[in-house]
Amino acid sequence: MGIAETVAQVKSGAVKADFLFEQKLALIASRYTEIHAFNHVMADEARAAAVAVDEAVARGDDPGPLAGVTVALKDNMCTRGVPTTCSSKILEGWRPPYDGTVVSTLKTSGAIAIGKTNLDEFAMGSSTENSAFGPTRNPLDTNRVPGGSSGGSAASVAAGFSDVALGSDTGGSIRQPAALCGVVGVKPTYGYVSRYGLVAFASSLDQIGPFTTSVADAALMLDVIGGHDPLDSTSIPQAHPSLVDVLGQGVEGLRIGRITDLPEGADPDVQERLEVAFDALRAQGATIVDVQVPAFTFGLTAYYLIAPAEASSNLARYDGVRYGLRVEAADTNAMYGATREAGFGDEVKRRIMLGTYALSAGYYDAYYGKALKVRRLIHDDFDRAYQQADVLLTPTSPSVAFEIGSKGDNPLAMYLCDTYTIPTNLAGHPGMSVPYGTGAHGLPVGVQVLAGTLQEPTMFRVAASLERSLA
Amino acid sequence: MTAADVAKVARLARLDVTAEELERMTVQLDGMLEHFADIDALDLHTVEPMTQPYPLVNVLRPDVVQPCLDREEVLAAAPSAEDGRFRVPPIIGLDL
Repeated sequence: MGIAETVAQVKSGAVKADFLFEQKLALIASRYTEIHAFNHVMADEARAAAVAVDEAVARGDDPGPLAGVTVALKDNMCTRGVPTTCSSKILEGWRPPYDGTVVSTLKTSGAIAIGKTNLDEFAMGSSTENSAFGPTRNPLDTNRVPGGSSGGSAASVAAGFSDVALGSDTGGSIRQPAALCGVVGVKPTYGYVSRYGLVAFASSLDQIGPFTTSVADAALMLDVIGGHDPLDSTSIPQAHPSLVDVLGQGVEGLRIGRITDLPEGADPDVQERLEVAFDALRAQGATIVDVQVPAFTFGLTAYYLIAPAEASSNLARYDGVRYGLRVEAADTNAMYGATREAGFGDEVKRRIMLGTYALSAGYYDAYYGKALKVRRLIHDDFDRAYQQADVLLTPTSPSVAFEIGSKGDNPLAMYLCDTYTIPTNLAGHPGMSVPYGTGAHGLPVGVQVLAGTLQEPTMFRVAASLERSLA
Repeated sequence: MTAADVAKVARLARLDVTAEELERMTVQLDGMLEHFADIDALDLHTVEPMTQPYPLVNVLRPDVVQPCLDREEVLAAAPSAEDGRFRVPPIIGLDL
């Protein structure tokens, strides 16, 4: 059942939001430690919200466009009075004094925020193994990772713990776990959804988006959470056209781009599903065109200089003064160093170090400055490609879900998981992963649909057509 | 990248890394920078740097007092507070 149907039933009084919520809660409890999708379940708050929706319905009031829809929130989104940890010891126990904009929007829309999901610490990782509170397991095969960094959110939707979830995507952290868990995951255009109350990782790249079991659900979620927010100065100051309205428009006449100089590395099973996707769109009346994005291949380097540089600055705020952990010491400087050493995990320290180095005197031009120029090349190459094609189709992840621990202690091997997702963030463009059949070990494969700035409507037409081709 | 470089960066980043971490990070960061040398082949002289994806500049709002966070609630989340302020250890006598 899609969430539009759930909302209709709750609004009509045919089903109680409270009943749907209790079902979800029981399911979460049955696999709580097995999957470890959640850092915190908001049972009391969620129950109260569900009861409030049912009461509104009983009174004849409009309970909102997401009435009774259960939502899991990545634990880097601020929830007033509810622990928000970023899966880091440095924020353990912290209860934010405010709700992020997406959280307050969901509340006023009648959605039921059911819990805070596990992630790679501060959203840095591609497997959700870098959590200070232990890894999340893929509900489809618990020996494997759910992807990351929004692995808990992807797992929650895949396991049916919540109808939908929100994640954040800085270099692929929504799309890659969506692919590995067999669900839909969308990173909208930079600025499409407010980031107020999203704990900052790399501010010129971060964007919030939904995980859902269908393209239609994702469209409805974005129609509700998208739009301008005066509290986020990077939020695009205009209303967005409805995505729900375009889902049935098909792909007749659209030009679907195949990137001929895409970096190699995708497994044959993933490549095969991508070819099936091209064929399906061609059969529905689209034209397949070859395009080049020469700078795509330099995305990884540009990203791993820019994102850590921004992170090193953003994470300077965790100094033991205003919130979170403090390790006492004789003076402030000693306190900063001891607090940060104790509070951050390995990957976060590594990226802070890398970013600090890339920004430091004598190295700025050679690293950060150069990466910003490569970012421009990537953006401009995409722009040229989008003159020839309406959307581009690529693999989301080079492989299906991998086994927990299999990437070992080699950070670069993990970074390569995001080869196909990273360039989109650098350009600021939208991208989404659509589950498209299975590959090795019967595990899901995602196909990635990419589009130019604010071309979400076209992207969703293609995604909906892909989904229909599987039905 | 040498261990001395990494130690300097750790100091700039206010991270009291251990000797074992220093050794491991030197190897890992050096390996990364080697991989990142792929962009050295590009001619970037005429390319403008891109710092953000969407061209918004000077986003301002009217200078009017708005509701803000509750001070008591904010201070309650701090490791240490006193007299309506954040409390920190001494800041003089730093060993920089």
